Amino acid sequence: MSVSITIEHAHKQFSTYPALRDVSLRVKQQELVALLGPSGSGKTTLLRAIAGLEELDQGRVFFDTTDMRSLSLRDRRIGFVFQSYALFKHMTVFENIAFGLRARPRHDRPGSAEIRKRVGDLLDLVQLAGLEKRFPTQLSGGQRQRVALARALAIEPSVLLLDEPFGALDAKVRKDLRGWLRELHERTGQTTVFVTHDQEEALELADKVAILNQGVIEQIGSPDAVYDMPENAFVCEFLGEANKLPVHVAGGQAFFDDAPIFGGIGLNRSGPASLYVRPQHIKLADNGPLSLPGIVERIRRNGAVRRLEVAVRGYAKRVELDLASSVAPAIGERVSMKFTSAHIF
Amino acid sequence: MSLAASTRWRQPSILPGFGLAFGTTLTALCLIVLIPLTALMLRAAGAGWADIVAIASSPRTLAALRLSFGAALIAALVNTVFGLLIAWILVRYEFPGRRLIDAAVDLPFALPTAVAGISLSAIYAPNGWVGSFANQLGFQIAYTPLGVMVALIFIGLPFVVRSVQPVLAESERSIEEAAALLGASRLRTVFRVILPAVAPAVLTGFVLAFARAVGEYGSVIFIAGNIPMVSEIAPLLIVIKLEQFDYAGAAVIGMMMLIVSFVMILVLNLVQAWGRERLGHV
Repeated sequence: MSVSITIEHAHKQFSTYPALRDVSLRVKQQELVALLGPSGSGKTTLLRAIAGLEELDQGRVFFDTTDMRSLSLRDRRIGFVFQSYALFKHMTVFENIAFGLRARPRHDRPGSAEIRKRVGDLLDLVQLAGLEKRFPTQLSGGQRQRVALARALAIEPSVLLLDEPFGALDAKVRKDLRGWLRELHERTGQTTVFVTHDQEEALELADKVAILNQGVIEQIGSPDAVYDMPENAFVCEFLGEANKLPVHVAGGQAFFDDAPIFGGIGLNRSGPASLYVRPQHIKLADNGPLSLPGIVERIRRNGAVRRLEVAVRGYAKRVELDLASSVAPAIGERVSMKFTSAHIF
Repeated sequence: MSLAASTRWRQPSILPGFGLAFGTTLTALCLIVLIPLTALMLRAAGAGWADIVAIASSPRTLAALRLSFGAALIAALVNTVFGLLIAWILVRYEFPGRRLIDAAVDLPFALPTAVAGISLSAIYAPNGWVGSFANQLGFQIAYTPLGVMVALIFIGLPFVVRSVQPVLAESERSIEEAAALLGASRLRTVFRVILPAVAPAVLTGFVLAFARAVGEYGSVIFIAGNIPMVSEIAPLLIVIKLEQFDYAGAAVIGMMMLIVSFVMILVLNLVQAWGRERLGHV
């Protein structure tokens, strides 16, 4: 049982600054959506507003077609995983997970055998069987995270909301949990929204990524769409790396220092603009039309590729590009760069 | 058989200065606590067995001890409830005058106990502001065991508030939000989630308030009326014995108070330690 979430014109003002400015968002049934943005972008406020933990100044939140405010907190069936996990420290793992079941009104509270079975199933699901008698302080960060998740799942939520679910974990555990969460979502199928500031996490996990900035959704789309086709400069700069070159656009071409460096731009654009090009979209080529000459200043290892820093006349920063081939130019060598793909804003 | 390990009476530590710190602590403890208490014990033992039994089992002594410990226990319990409430209000709500109330909580610490006692008895005496109301309702506060409790509640109040307040302030808001989202009613959240989490601090406050109340003298003697067998507290009985140059008798009663207090506080501390082990913190 999962529901769709619709947020209409959400507006939230904190004492000095607006946290959300006219945000509308639709999350389909069973979809896994990431809210991605820098800190202070309003992503957590939006998540809390969906949960009803934050009262909106304007706008409404619907679960399917029901206005969330007409439902009691219990009937909303929201599974929420807090960034700090918010586990009950004086309760064992078992009691933590069973809390939501035991808190039900008497007539629809499961019997103790049923509760034991349900908690046991959840412990298996989050791979913590055998730890039910431990207290939260006796668990590792990753284990606590999974207890928090199991506790949220115990109430059979129709919506699962996660606030920076992997924020406090180290890199290795994050990666493991990420894959595991993806699998879990495929199995349980709850409509899921999670907040993160880690773009890799958002792009890898989510069906859809909503990029927030200063209380506004800058772009929403599939990971491929937002990464390959950023709609504005913020998204382009925020996702991945990009060199930013000041250019002049005329006749479908971008000119840097009066030389054309990139073509194929829509003819309706002209005038000064910024050209964004990702390091992996620059190739070294022979001198020719639409290329940018420069001198190699540094070469670094960057994971699987080599990162070249190229000094270009008339440009204060250095153009960075990734070189996958094993043949690399020497430092100080003159090279010519061709852009296979770029964005103009 | 590792002789070296068994004779090691302290864990090796990278923090230097254990010897110096431990020596200073021990010396101070001896001078200030242990030697005076030993002297008390010797003085009491000097009375001779028959006298000890006679003093310890005299109805007046037993009544005084019963009043001292009973009233202290009730006062500490009352303070636990009200202290928790005050701490809750101070931490959770913003209201005009919050800082003023926050500061006022400490006044019983600062006030000379005699001043407290005199003002309390003035108010609670049958012709005082509150006392006259009580009088109309048919009971008396000052000069009865009830008056003793009032004084003990007054002086013990800050302990619970100040023990609980920081723990409550530190407890995360998200814990309560989690409970609410899991479907718990507000009542359930308070009793199953919030209170258990502050329980160790409440217990600490209770022990402190209780210990203080048992030993309180200055404020109580003004409001108690000091009627033997009725409203005479044990510390006053000790002073009376001293004024009659019955040093051994005073020492015996002092010893009895010491033993009872020590056992009670020890038990409470053990409970505390057990809880700490279970929760791994606080």
